[in-house]
Amino acid sequence: MASFLSIQDLHVSYRSRESGLRPALVGVSFEILPGEILGVLGESGSGKSTLAAALVRLLPPNGQITQGAVLFEGKDLFKSKAEELRQIRGGRIALIFQEPSLALHPTIRVREQVRQILAAHEPAGKSNLRERTQEVFSVLFPGDADRISQSYPHQLSGGQQQRVLIAQAIACRPSVIIADEPTASLDPTTQMEILSVFRTLKEKLGLAMIFITHNPALLAGFADRLLVLYGGRVVECGPAEAVLVSPRHPYTKGLFQSIPASLQEGTKSSKTILPAIAGDSSLSLPKEGCSFEPKCTERMDACRERGPVPVNLSASHTVSCFRYEK
Amino acid sequence: MQTLLKVENLCKRYVKRSFTGAHEELLALDGVSFTILPGTTLAVVGESGSGKSTLALCVAALEYPTSGNIWFEARDIVKFAENERRKLRPQIQLVFQDPANSLNTRWNTFEILLEPLVLQGKLNREEMKQRAFFLLERVGLSSETLRRPPSELSGGQRQRLAIARALALDPKLLILDEALSALDCSVQAQIANLLMELQNSFGMTYLFVTHDLAMAAHLADEIAVMHRGRIVERGPVEKVLRQPAHETTRQLLAAVPRMPRATPSVQEK
Repeated sequence: MASFLSIQDLHVSYRSRESGLRPALVGVSFEILPGEILGVLGESGSGKSTLAAALVRLLPPNGQITQGAVLFEGKDLFKSKAEELRQIRGGRIALIFQEPSLALHPTIRVREQVRQILAAHEPAGKSNLRERTQEVFSVLFPGDADRISQSYPHQLSGGQQQRVLIAQAIACRPSVIIADEPTASLDPTTQMEILSVFRTLKEKLGLAMIFITHNPALLAGFADRLLVLYGGRVVECGPAEAVLVSPRHPYTKGLFQSIPASLQEGTKSSKTILPAIAGDSSLSLPKEGCSFEPKCTERMDACRERGPVPVNLSASHTVSCFRYEK
Repeated sequence: MQTLLKVENLCKRYVKRSFTGAHEELLALDGVSFTILPGTTLAVVGESGSGKSTLALCVAALEYPTSGNIWFEARDIVKFAENERRKLRPQIQLVFQDPANSLNTRWNTFEILLEPLVLQGKLNREEMKQRAFFLLERVGLSSETLRRPPSELSGGQRQRLAIARALALDPKLLILDEALSALDCSVQAQIANLLMELQNSFGMTYLFVTHDLAMAAHLADEIAVMHRGRIVERGPVEKVLRQPAHETTRQLLAAVPRMPRATPSVQEK
């Protein structure tokens, strides 16, 4: 299957008064196939939110795309005109953010907030818009669509608010959803519920998705493929199952080991020291070499001198680490 | 061993009044009882809205319970007047979820650490300074962070600072209200290790309020599961998690995202 969203050699920097241009993403390339869920894994400062914003050119004013291309259905989004982009954003590519209570207008009924999105993208008659809005609500709130759609955001729980955001996102039948930590502010039961909503949508509507998170466990059994970001660079990319079960990059390995396994059957590891990755998440990237080098337990001489290039472990699994270079 | 904290039949009722004068009552805590032994950790888990944060506030003497008793070192703090409560608070300290919101953004690390000491007013300037350095070291922060404001610290450093501030007055009980939830996985592990280290070397006692069952299982000796203001199940970690007796516990356990386990054949590839 051909990819319809392809990111090629993306470089993004932020301008600050003290230090000039500071790189946030360095040479990020990946592709997404229709109907695929790509999990993007990274800690704060890894550039994962920058990635989400850069894809649809919504970076803050001091953010700058210095190089690269985003090809969406054959068009380069970085060369598109503002008007074209506006139709694509929210229409063909939808975004969902972390804090649902901040993303909704507090004094407008949620029904109206979904209708406005539709109206902005599709020239349709009043009754047609109303019908479409109702349709979207009945997909996300089966059995309770009427009551929910007439509510104000404060009358809804966190999980319900997140569903309203999903309703906004799918209203115009996009082909990709970019979700930046959509479940981070929800408790585990609601989190599971929202993940299953995404899963059904993917099956029903054939949506592709970029799911950004810092919690690898969330992606198990959910994502098809995994992209691990560290310090603005892709360190590992491969089928979700393969990466989660046998991670290859030292960062991915360290990250997975630092998760308490006390709930897994057969382990009795309570109150033992967790193998954490030492040091603090870096606020600035090293200029040369591998970005994980300062914290890496398997570092070699080459790591400090030049950046590693992606190595193919199999047809679909790549790792950027000198350990795997031949 | 003598219990450090004993909560008996604690109730907290919130009354909401609307414009029309109609009363709406919410029973946030409904007969909660438990004990904590010194040097141990009790994890309180539950969904949002189950009353776990209200419980934390009541135990911290920041909220007045409607009825019930809270025995801290064999004294009932519910009956304390405000001036007695103020004397009590240094012994029971809180660490909140988001260190970015619980630290003064206009102060630097040093000023933040100094504040509780200044308010207590027992040490002179030089002693306070030494204490601040001691605290920094104890939570694993380097002295170069001393002049930096919280905005220039990473999430993990900020939470270390929040813990250092909580430890400033030598508390006997530390209440951790979702203290790890806002942090990245790898940083969570660092802070969890720090908490365990402090417990091992200084015998700290923790009341760990969380919705992260995996971390609760890792850090706690005992787990209490809350649902709608009640503790529906309580016991040693092993027992509650291996043989959950209550539906709520089973639901919470089912909702924990799990990493797939490596099978040897895949690992060797």
